[in-house]
Amino acid sequence: MEYIPSNPAEVKEMLASIGASGIDELFAPIPASARIEKLHLPDGISEHALVKRFQTLAAKNRSLDNLVCFRGAGVYDHFIPTLVEDIISRPEFYTAYTPYQAEASQGTLQTIFEYQSMICALTGLDVANASLYDGATAVAEAVLLAMRTSGRSSVILSAGIHPEYREVVATYLQGIASEIVTIPLVNGATPAAALKQAINEKTAAIVIQSPNFVGTVEEMAVVGTLAAANNALFIAVVNPISLGLLASPQEVGAHIAVGEGQALGNPSGMGGFSFGFMACRKELSWKMPGRIVGQTTDTQGRRGFVLTLQSREQHIRREKATSNICTNAALNALAGCVYMSGWGPDGLRTIAYTNAQKCRYAFEKIIAVPGFSPAFANQIFFNECAVKTTKNIQHLQKLLLKNGILGPMGLARWYPEFADVVLFCVTEIRTKEEIDRLVEVLKQA
Amino acid sequence: MEKLLNELSCDGHSAFSLPENDMPDAMTSSIPSHLTRQHPPALPQVSEMELLRHFTRLSYKNHSLAKNLYPLGSCTMKYNPVVNEKICRMAGLSRLHPYQPENTIQGALEILYELEHSLCEIAGMDAFTLQPAAGAHGEFAGMLIARNYFKSKNQQRTKIIVPDSAHGTNPSSATLAGFSVVPLPSEKDGSIDIEKLKIALTPDVACIMLTVPNTLGVFEKQILTIAQIAHDNGTLLYYDGANLNALIGTARPGDFGFDIIHINLHKTFSTPHGGGGPGSGPVGVKAFLAPFLPVPSITKKGKSFALAFKGRRTIGRLRSFYGNFPVLVRAYAYIVALGGKGLTRVSHHAVLNANYLLSVLKDVLPAPAGTRCMHEFVLSGKPLAQYGVRTLDVAKRLLDKGYYAPTIYFPLIVEEAIMIEPTETETKKTMDEFVAVFRAILAEAATDPSTLTTSPHTTPVSRLNEVEAARKPILHF
Amino acid sequence: MNIPTELRYAASHEWAKNENGTVRVGVSDHAQHEITDVVHVELPAVGKTVEQGQPCAVVESVKAAFDIYAPVSGTIIAVNEKLSGSPELVNQSPYKDGFFFVIKASDITQLNALMSADDYQKNLAH
Repeated sequence: MEYIPSNPAEVKEMLASIGASGIDELFAPIPASARIEKLHLPDGISEHALVKRFQTLAAKNRSLDNLVCFRGAGVYDHFIPTLVEDIISRPEFYTAYTPYQAEASQGTLQTIFEYQSMICALTGLDVANASLYDGATAVAEAVLLAMRTSGRSSVILSAGIHPEYREVVATYLQGIASEIVTIPLVNGATPAAALKQAINEKTAAIVIQSPNFVGTVEEMAVVGTLAAANNALFIAVVNPISLGLLASPQEVGAHIAVGEGQALGNPSGMGGFSFGFMACRKELSWKMPGRIVGQTTDTQGRRGFVLTLQSREQHIRREKATSNICTNAALNALAGCVYMSGWGPDGLRTIAYTNAQKCRYAFEKIIAVPGFSPAFANQIFFNECAVKTTKNIQHLQKLLLKNGILGPMGLARWYPEFADVVLFCVTEIRTKEEIDRLVEVLKQA
Repeated sequence: MEKLLNELSCDGHSAFSLPENDMPDAMTSSIPSHLTRQHPPALPQVSEMELLRHFTRLSYKNHSLAKNLYPLGSCTMKYNPVVNEKICRMAGLSRLHPYQPENTIQGALEILYELEHSLCEIAGMDAFTLQPAAGAHGEFAGMLIARNYFKSKNQQRTKIIVPDSAHGTNPSSATLAGFSVVPLPSEKDGSIDIEKLKIALTPDVACIMLTVPNTLGVFEKQILTIAQIAHDNGTLLYYDGANLNALIGTARPGDFGFDIIHINLHKTFSTPHGGGGPGSGPVGVKAFLAPFLPVPSITKKGKSFALAFKGRRTIGRLRSFYGNFPVLVRAYAYIVALGGKGLTRVSHHAVLNANYLLSVLKDVLPAPAGTRCMHEFVLSGKPLAQYGVRTLDVAKRLLDKGYYAPTIYFPLIVEEAIMIEPTETETKKTMDEFVAVFRAILAEAATDPSTLTTSPHTTPVSRLNEVEAARKPILHF
Repeated sequence: MNIPTELRYAASHEWAKNENGTVRVGVSDHAQHEITDVVHVELPAVGKTVEQGQPCAVVESVKAAFDIYAPVSGTIIAVNEKLSGSPELVNQSPYKDGFFFVIKASDITQLNALMSADDYQKNLAH
């Protein structure tokens, strides 16, 4: 399969028009010594063989179609309405590019505007951008936004932020004179006292994730007050599904809200069906990274949508741009747009509540099994709960897998202090029967 | 005019059905009321059929590759094989959790491993990372690699040379990585002036970022000399892969002397642009820079594949998990489908098509970079000024005729630039039709300029007031 | 082109007005014309110290952004708050309602380095 249509006669005609003797001549500017004879890659194959090949590769994986998933840790196995995939599979959407020519891109532009509107509705904040790559880079961009705005160079990160997100923040700040202060968790939450001690006149922002990586719903309003009192920005890292139920970033005093959008209608996809969302208060809008779509009118007074506030961006401001981002994650954000638009406030609240309810059910059942106990006192959690175990975790995982269950995430990889703690994730699609079966296997461990 | 979702909204409507709740009635959440939201989010309430129609009608308002030629220069809008859309959504590839045990994702890791190695062969590099989520993200990774490399050698190098014809992401990425940018004025055809380069190339220059062929579609003839000069100065050479489609299977950046390269899979490797992403920007390096690549990396032991999360000199992690996996799957499928020979034919036909288009358009507008090109070329709409017409007007008029516009006003060094890239997947017929329309529009510029300056006329909206949009921003409903 | 004679001008098109040791700053009529429709102005914080010739504000159109350089060294004592809601004032009234900020000059004689209206006019003609 080559997807190259021209036949020899057409090639000849084109060469004649060019006035070239052959295709080779067109490559004359490339020094002969730097050209290659051929690529050392296998020959191409037919579409039929291609599908077969990938079916074979896919069969070497065990997908969530065949595993009951109790693992989250940043990627969540939610129900995805069929309409979502149907819409994003329309080539009118997926084969278009960044809507540079607004008049011929109103479809993409309006969906982005609607997406921004719903991200604003979820977070309660004033302005959302068109998307960033993923949750991790969204946190990093939010930190840079806070530093740009405040002129301060230190940032306080809770250890409850996804460890990979914290790694990415560190990567992004390598080139900038800056300081990262990480606040360890106490009883699974970010201690307000430690934040109070850490914050000073150099603090550009406090960044807290809620629900945090170990599942705890944080006392966010306390952080909002503390940040405000110190003229620092408060960056809330949030799970968008949880916002059907939990206090919005605006309600807890956040200036910026960011997070991973995969849960909004995208499959788990090895973590690669991601998009980062970002919303902030109005006064930060001209400092934001990424594309932003705005409403305006055409020459006849009709409503239309355009890319706006563009003088922030790299294609205009080059080395002085607010970010280097160009291509973002538009199609995955479109999935998020369709997903959010179909639930309504009640539907989203019910999904969120069901997650919290089912996770609580699983939690109560699991801690009743000998060898399992709550990881923290008075645990408050959304759809992930941390459980301490006396069992051999590796052995436990193997046993669960043998029973067709993708078990909880072990925390030892990132938190040595939680070597005996595992994190169960329970979403709305886990049934009581599946949870009960999980518990039965745990009993055998 | 298509209504907005909030205008379609009606209390009590909803599109999706909730999974059955089989919880005992007494089971509540653990969340106390002071942590819950006080005001429900103002999301729309719309039925499934209305949503289907809404998004379908919106889709009609887009120009897309599926509809007609999309000659957007530097974006390589080639055919996105539909089979790859199906492949990347196979459950065995799309419904994988990133933290599954490695023995349950061997197929996925094999794809990543094989893709890395295919890209090494194609680019002439020794090692690749698939982590970067887009081209600019790859540039940033490349700049951090340069930064960490010189740090490891205890060298103070703080500058990056970027030609003024480069994409805006280049200087922006260099700045983000903590470098200062030295803009290098290009020759008329976008080529590097060796003498100017020598002057700019002080001992503190870490890297030169080049796009080859450059953004005027011209191959940098002195590339081997440039590499020599750079390396003699201890400076690294960075390849912006935006234009790799011109070279694939014919020549390799690694063989020119480039030390670091990023590739845009959503350009050369046919993955769809998605209305603005997700893309993917893998970064390749020569062996001496491999220790600096981001984590995680994919390793192979015997017949099994594994992820390695640590590296003593790594620049660290660039994003969560393992890159834009579905994009990587599509790109690998593309490479497998075409094979080595097919990929070589890609550059042959991309360059043939662009030269053909240039050969029939060069007499209608000046081509400042000459009458031969690589995979794309730039015309200047400057002569249209005599009719009071600008490049922008030609672009808008093309929309009327069912085409997307070429890239306009870029590169910045060409006045009234019109940058056209047909790609190898267009037929001669399609290009001929485009040429006829393009010529007709230029004829119209002379006879009826106001039709151009007030265009487009047939699109869902006419020209939009961008000034008002930015002065009084309305950014949500 | 309107070039008031009582003002001093920088080659980078800022005007400066001496108001008893404080200096009011904006961009010239020529500059606002070249910038085209101003959509946003990024102003320095009040209290910030600025150096003559250093960028301290940004004026933006839909397609471009331009740095504004401090015509004299000193401290920013006031900024034109109206510009955040009505950036079009820069186009409509570049010398009055569309001013950018006021500097308390540390050395008012620095103004002498700027051009007179006549010289600025000649400079534009080049």
